[in-house]
Amino acid sequence: MAGIHIAGVSKIYTGGVKAVNSVSLDIADGEFIVLVGPSGCGKSTLLRMVAGLETISEGEVSIGGRVVNRMEPAERDIAMVFQNYALYPHMTVYQNLAYGLKNRGTPKAEIDARVAEAARMLEITQYLERKPRALSGGQRQRVAMGRAIVRKPAAFLFDEPLSNLDAKLRVSMRGEIKRLQRRLGTTSLYVTHDQLEAMTLADRLVVLSAGQIEQIGTPLEVYHTPASTFVASFIGSPAMNLVSGELHGDRLAIGPAVFDLKGFAPTSGPVTVGVRAEDLRLARAGESSMPFRVDYIEELGSQRLVHGTVGDQTLTAAVPAETQLGDDLHLAVEVEKLHFFSKESGRRIADRAPQSVARMEPVGAA
Amino acid sequence: METKRTTFNNRLLPYLLLAPQLIITLIFFIWPAAQAFKSSFEREDPFGMSTVFVGIQHYQRLLEDPNYIDALLRTMVFAVCVTSLAMILGLAFAAAVDRLTRTSRIYTTLLVWPYAVAPVVAGVLWWFVFNTSTGLLPFFLQKIGFKWDHDLNGTHAMILISIAAAWKQISYNFLFFLAGLQSVPHSLMEAAAIDGSGPVKRFFTISLPLLSPTTFFLFIINVNYAMFDTFPIVDATTAGGPAQATTTLVYKVYQDGFVGLNLGSSSAQSVMLMMIVMVLTFVQFRYVERRVQY
Repeated sequence: MAGIHIAGVSKIYTGGVKAVNSVSLDIADGEFIVLVGPSGCGKSTLLRMVAGLETISEGEVSIGGRVVNRMEPAERDIAMVFQNYALYPHMTVYQNLAYGLKNRGTPKAEIDARVAEAARMLEITQYLERKPRALSGGQRQRVAMGRAIVRKPAAFLFDEPLSNLDAKLRVSMRGEIKRLQRRLGTTSLYVTHDQLEAMTLADRLVVLSAGQIEQIGTPLEVYHTPASTFVASFIGSPAMNLVSGELHGDRLAIGPAVFDLKGFAPTSGPVTVGVRAEDLRLARAGESSMPFRVDYIEELGSQRLVHGTVGDQTLTAAVPAETQLGDDLHLAVEVEKLHFFSKESGRRIADRAPQSVARMEPVGAA
Repeated sequence: METKRTTFNNRLLPYLLLAPQLIITLIFFIWPAAQAFKSSFEREDPFGMSTVFVGIQHYQRLLEDPNYIDALLRTMVFAVCVTSLAMILGLAFAAAVDRLTRTSRIYTTLLVWPYAVAPVVAGVLWWFVFNTSTGLLPFFLQKIGFKWDHDLNGTHAMILISIAAAWKQISYNFLFFLAGLQSVPHSLMEAAAIDGSGPVKRFFTISLPLLSPTTFFLFIINVNYAMFDTFPIVDATTAGGPAQATTTLVYKVYQDGFVGLNLGSSSAQSVMLMMIVMVLTFVQFRYVERRVQY
């Protein structure tokens, strides 16, 4: 058991391309950290640098207090689960699990005991004599997990382990990984591009973009207070609506609509306003609202996603499934649910409007 | 994988397109093979004036002839030497080139070159290198106190033709092994590295087992090559000598038939050779292929 300490780590390829740019991250013992970001954001590269599969151009990685920059992957006391599982096709499941232990000269009796324990935990005992090609995707995934846990490493590294599974299996394996990690209490670093996987698995998630950390936080922190427009649009489904608005004092204009922020004035001038689809609702009569033209509706069963435009800006609202909808709607939002981002940098401006101060008031409707 | 089926509008066109290859196969392979099969049951006088049907007499005599049995054993030694030499070196070169990134193409090109050299030329080349009076190797061997003389020493002659024959085949094996090594998924190697397996151990426990289909295929090809296709090399270097020490089965076919003009026996020998290769290939497929599945 050990924490992982990443300090100012960069990956610079020949030609000067910075795939990972000065990333620092402290992972506590037993913590489940998810690295999430779009493809090419450097998350896998960062993981592979921790694993020792890529050299570290700058900075320092230490696992359990030992600096591992110059160590071979085998010496780092980590185990990795690969996207394509990387099971040895010519070995049986038992041999796959035992390979790492055998290489380390573990006595035969202990190998047997550990493999049996891991197999029982993952419910693959009856497949131990099979070759990987005779297993289904989900079973292979379990074997890959088993190969990681038999070694009892200081840390697990996961490189998009669920992306080759179908949607249903992905959800159940997600739950199993989480349960297993809780039970073993092993520090884990998990890479995914799937924000839902990131939200459900992580103790803390790290959002990466273009090789840099955008935000580190618990899933709820990141969801409720995204640090930038990038995080806002990446985390949560449907993505957070981002529209241009303008602040004049405590008045916010979005297209033709004007909202009263009741004394809350984070900045003035043009601003990017973020609002989650589920925070938008149909306006009651006489309430301050935005005129909204419906383009199309997505039925999700539990709710409906209404896509349309306010002025010339697109917006998505989530409404209860049974709502009757016309072509032209009026949408309202609680002011404390609005997020403000700088127009230039995309970074978050201040906190949200305090609940006590700002309440949606009819504007010019009285 | 589904292959795309092409349909021709003209019914004759497909046959026309196949014709050149078929005609060549018929004239240069099927016809002579049939002739050889036929004449292996006949005795013909040296001037071609009369032909007598003698049944399986040629075969009976061959199996009783100590010279033939010697040639058979010699061919086995030769085939084992050539196959193991060519495959081990081919694999070693492939493993070395596989570790390179930028220069691998240069080395690949260089290593494939010998394959483009005609067998006779390859034979002559090695004949020069090993030449007892002008060759480089005997000169250096003499410096360390070793007297090389393939003109008198049968073992030396066998080593010479084995090296010459293997040299050409290394290129072929190298290419197949390299392609095989490069198709081993990178993540398997990484997983093994994390599992505490060093480069050498990875090669023997992961790469090599995964190469087994390639190895099996090359094994058959190499054995067949050594038995069938090495006539030019033997002819250009040792001409079967000294004292028949390098007369392999295929060389004996030529000597008895074209030099000794014993056409019946020569035909019987070539039919035997063909049968040996067929049996070998059958056995290999039947018993070895089962073990390369994974």
